[in-house]
Amino acid sequence: MAAGNEVSPTYYIQHHLQNLTFGNHPENGWSLASSAEEAREMGFWAVHLDTMGWSIAMGLLFIWLFRKAGKIATTGVPGNLQNAVEMVFEFVESMVQGAFHGRNPLIAPLALTLFVWILLMNTLKIIPVDYFPELFARLGVDYMKIVPTTDPNATLGMALGVFCLILYYSIKMKGVGGFAKELSLTPFNHWALIPFNLLLEIIALLVKPFSLAMRLFGNMFAGEVIFILIAMLPFWAIWLLDVPWAIFHILIVTLQAFIFTVLSVVYLSSAHEHH
Amino acid sequence: MNINMTLIGQTIAFAIFVWFCIKYVWPPISNALHERQKKIADGLDAASRASRDLEVAQEQAEQTLRESKEQASQILEQANKRSAQIVEEAREQARAEGERLVASARSEIEQEVNRAKEDLRSQVSHLAIIGAERVLEASVDEQAHRKLLDELAAEL
Repeated sequence: MAAGNEVSPTYYIQHHLQNLTFGNHPENGWSLASSAEEAREMGFWAVHLDTMGWSIAMGLLFIWLFRKAGKIATTGVPGNLQNAVEMVFEFVESMVQGAFHGRNPLIAPLALTLFVWILLMNTLKIIPVDYFPELFARLGVDYMKIVPTTDPNATLGMALGVFCLILYYSIKMKGVGGFAKELSLTPFNHWALIPFNLLLEIIALLVKPFSLAMRLFGNMFAGEVIFILIAMLPFWAIWLLDVPWAIFHILIVTLQAFIFTVLSVVYLSSAHEHH
Repeated sequence: MNINMTLIGQTIAFAIFVWFCIKYVWPPISNALHERQKKIADGLDAASRASRDLEVAQEQAEQTLRESKEQASQILEQANKRSAQIVEEAREQARAEGERLVASARSEIEQEVNRAKEDLRSQVSHLAIIGAERVLEASVDEQAHRKLLDELAAEL
C-alpha cells in the first residue's frame, strides 16, 4: 500500500504498475523518478531498473541451474535436478523438431533460453503483489514491479531480438535479392502489384515481433492488474479469488512462455524457407 | 507505505496457493520425474544384466568347447590304442597259426618219411627174398624163413 492511511484504489493500482525508473529528467538530471509523471517526462532515455534487475536475475538463475545440471550430468541414472532439466530440454527439443524445418544449430538453444527465461520471469507473478513493493519500500525504494514480462520493454526487447534473427536468416538464406523478391512478388506474382505486395509483406513482417511482444505483455499485464484488484478486497476475502486466479496462472505462465517460444521458432523456420 | 491487513490477506492466499501446489501440482510432476528416473535405471540395469548374461554364456560356450575337444582327443587316443592292440593281436594270431601250420607240416613229412621207409623196407625184404630164391633156386622155404627175413628187414 502507498503512503498514508487513506489510499485511493486508483493510486494503489497505479503505484503497483509503476516501474522503478532511472533516467535523464529535464529538471533533475539523471535520477530515479519519484512519480509516474517524472518517469514519463524522462522520455526514451530511461531504464526500468526493476525490469532489468529481475530479468537478469532470472536469466542468471536459468544459466546457473542448467549449467549445474550440465556439470553433474551422467549417462547413468540422473539425479533430480538433471532429470528435471533433461525433461525440459527434451520438451523444447521435440518442439523445435516439430516446428523448425531447416537445419540450424542455433534454433534449439535459442528456444530453450526463451522458454525457460520467460517461464521464470512469468513465475514471479505468483508471488503476492505486495511482498516485494513492501520490502523495497522498507529499504527506501519507492517502486518495485517484479514481473519483467508485465513491462512491454522486456517483451518487445526479446521480440526485437527474434526479429533481428528473422531478418538475418532471411537475408542469409535467400540473399538480399531473394528476400526482396519474396517481399515484392508474393502473394501476387505480377510486376504491377509490386507496391501492393511490398506493403502487405512489410506489414506482415513487422507485425511478427509486435504480436509476439504484445501477446506476452498483454496476458501478463492483465493478469497482474487482476491480482492487484483482488488484493484490494477485504483481507479475509482475498484468498477466495486470489487462489483460483493463481492456480489458473500456473497454466497461463507456462502457456505464454510456450507460445512465445513456438511462434519465434515458427517465424525463424519460415525465414529459412524459400517461398 | 505501511503494513496493513492486505498483506496478511495476501499471505493467507499465498499459503493456500502453496498448499494447493504441494497437494495437487507437485505430485504429478514428481511422479513423472520418478517414473522417468526409474525407467532409466531399469533400462541401465537390464543392459548390464544382459551383458553379464552374455559373458556367462560365452564362458559356458568356451567351457563346453574345451570339454568336447578334450573328449574328442581322448576318443582318438583310445581308438589309436585299440587299433594298435588289434594289429598286435592279429600279428600274434598269425604267428601262432604259422607255427601251428609249420608243426603240422613237419609231422606230416615225418609220417610220410616213415611210411616211405616202411615201404622201402618191405620192398627190400621182398627183393632180398627174391634174390635169395634166385640164388638158392627155390631151396629156401619162404614160410620157413619168413621170420628171419622180417628180422632182417627190421634191421634195415
